[in-house]
Amino acid sequence: MENKRIISYCKAINEALYQEMERDERIFVYGLDVADHKRTFGSGEGLLERFGPKRYFSTPLSEDAMMGLGGGGAVAGLRPINVHIRVDFLLLSMNQLANMIAPIRYGSDGKLSVPLVIRAIIGRGWGQGFQHSKTLQSVFAHIPGLKVVMPTTPYDAKGLLISAIRDNNPVLILEHRLLYWQKGRVPEEPFTVPLGQANVLRPGTDITIAATSWMNVEAYTAARIMEKRSVDVEIIDIRSIAPLDDKLVTESAIKTGHLIVADYDWINCGLSAEITARVYEKCMHQLKSPITRIGFAPTPCPTTRPLENLFYPGAETLVRVIEQKLGLERADLSEEEFFSYENKFRGPF
Amino acid sequence: MPKLLLDLYKKMYLIREAEAEIRREYNNDEMKTPMHMSLGSEAIVVGVCHALPESNHVYGTYRSHALYLALTGETDKFFAEMYGKATGCAKGKAGSMHLSSPEHGLMATSAVVATTIPWALGDAFQAVYSNINRITAVFFGDGATDEGVFWETLNAACLMKLPILFVCEDNGLAIHTSTEQRRGYDSLTDIVKKFRCNVLEGTGNDVVEVYAMANKTINYIITDKKPSFLCLKYYRYLEHVGVNEDFNAGYRSREELLKWLEKDPLYIHRLKLTDLGYTDEVEEIEKQIREQVLASRIKAQEAPFPDKDELMKGVFYGE
Repeated sequence: MENKRIISYCKAINEALYQEMERDERIFVYGLDVADHKRTFGSGEGLLERFGPKRYFSTPLSEDAMMGLGGGGAVAGLRPINVHIRVDFLLLSMNQLANMIAPIRYGSDGKLSVPLVIRAIIGRGWGQGFQHSKTLQSVFAHIPGLKVVMPTTPYDAKGLLISAIRDNNPVLILEHRLLYWQKGRVPEEPFTVPLGQANVLRPGTDITIAATSWMNVEAYTAARIMEKRSVDVEIIDIRSIAPLDDKLVTESAIKTGHLIVADYDWINCGLSAEITARVYEKCMHQLKSPITRIGFAPTPCPTTRPLENLFYPGAETLVRVIEQKLGLERADLSEEEFFSYENKFRGPF
Repeated sequence: MPKLLLDLYKKMYLIREAEAEIRREYNNDEMKTPMHMSLGSEAIVVGVCHALPESNHVYGTYRSHALYLALTGETDKFFAEMYGKATGCAKGKAGSMHLSSPEHGLMATSAVVATTIPWALGDAFQAVYSNINRITAVFFGDGATDEGVFWETLNAACLMKLPILFVCEDNGLAIHTSTEQRRGYDSLTDIVKKFRCNVLEGTGNDVVEVYAMANKTINYIITDKKPSFLCLKYYRYLEHVGVNEDFNAGYRSREELLKWLEKDPLYIHRLKLTDLGYTDEVEEIEKQIREQVLASRIKAQEAPFPDKDELMKGVFYGE
């Protein structure tokens, strides 16, 4: 059946939760304020009404204990979904994640499994500042026993979430707030996107951008601009941070000869270094230019807009890097349209 | 009644003798795992575990030799785990600090203080969620009550009215720092009593008393449908980690130990049994357990280490 239905990323998450909770009574959703009138930016709409407060509830502001509740509930037989409205707040649960949830299966010789899903939202725009904007995927992906995904498209938002819920391991899903408005084709019936696979978001022949989360949107804009100059950009959405699929990006880098890793995070000791190292290990001498890494400025995220603009790399950054790598002249981009969250979102938060 | 008293003694003696064997062998440096000994706390662990219903789930700390032995009664996998052998309860991946046996209700033990306390919350939540009659017990030291997650969990458990038995094994020390040096308040139980839970406190030397208190507090959980908090004082005979005494370190005196030894859990309970005329039964129990422990220790020493491919196994489900 051809799929023509267009829905938002937010609706895709909501639909996955609804359908999975219908399917499996052991699934419950909980976290700070999930049951308030805003329902986690709308992603939890209708769940309280359909499934009641037993399976959809707000908790005390106790991230540490609530993550432990997920661990204990999961080993005892439930399938918890713990929601954090910002990745920054998830850090309060880091002890549970790193010391209990991720290693307990190994430490119990496989007797205990933790089928726990953690959803955490990445903030950006209208002055989110240095405590509402973190992503930290490399920090989480560093820990053995934890799976980490970052869906970009509405299709993946639904498919990866359903896979995460059905997986018998702890899975962290990092959802970008600005992606909540992204629209795309999503089948109505439940489906899965396997964890651990990258995806060709845009096929191309001249240069590869391997991107995570929101950087895929920026890469798309860059590709549109470069297309006018007859440069065909291939975009690989990394999608799964742990396990990391380095095969697809390596193949693409060999094909185009040029690779830019655009990670939506800081560069230092980050995912971009991991991807770069893995690609070099496999095909260093087949590349036409050294791999370029793009990420946040090495600072805390500033609040004021002019500095925030400098903090985040975007499509323009990518265009300039592509020009350098391919030896092209610096184009005039003054007529190009770049993303501005004000088109979608005006404060106050 | 005699059966109960003998059963309690048997469990306590198993713990005492298994740890005695560890103390005899540890200096040979074959058990490469940090030992946090249970010596002194046997009556608390045995009294509470014996009172728990069959379907119990229990969580503990890095000081859980007693908990493991009281719940499983077995020593083969226990000693093999100490020696890091393939026949251990977690094939040597856990060691002394992470003993578990979910099939006996011992779900998890943890070396980061207080980290299993919220797991009891989730475990008890599951029982209520799935309409299962079960008590979840979580053991921790008084040091764990310094941690934020203890208070987070206590609050949530009382709010959600979950069937949890909090067992504070209060030895007055967190590592080497005394209660007085750590607390900005006078009485833990006075504060816990402000929460919507039942609070019982006492001394954890007499296993029969502990057993009675545990029964009482478990009944509260069932009838009142709210958590219970049981705080029992005991004395840690040995150093924080290791198999030796540490009175030469200067932070406490040997006189304290001598005072507590007068009411040592094994000593007073054995006296009770022999006074009642069960000397033969007691000696038979002791003989059997000594044989069991010795056999398990030798078996563990002779067992193979895990295969090399074991390293990569078990990180994720399906591997």
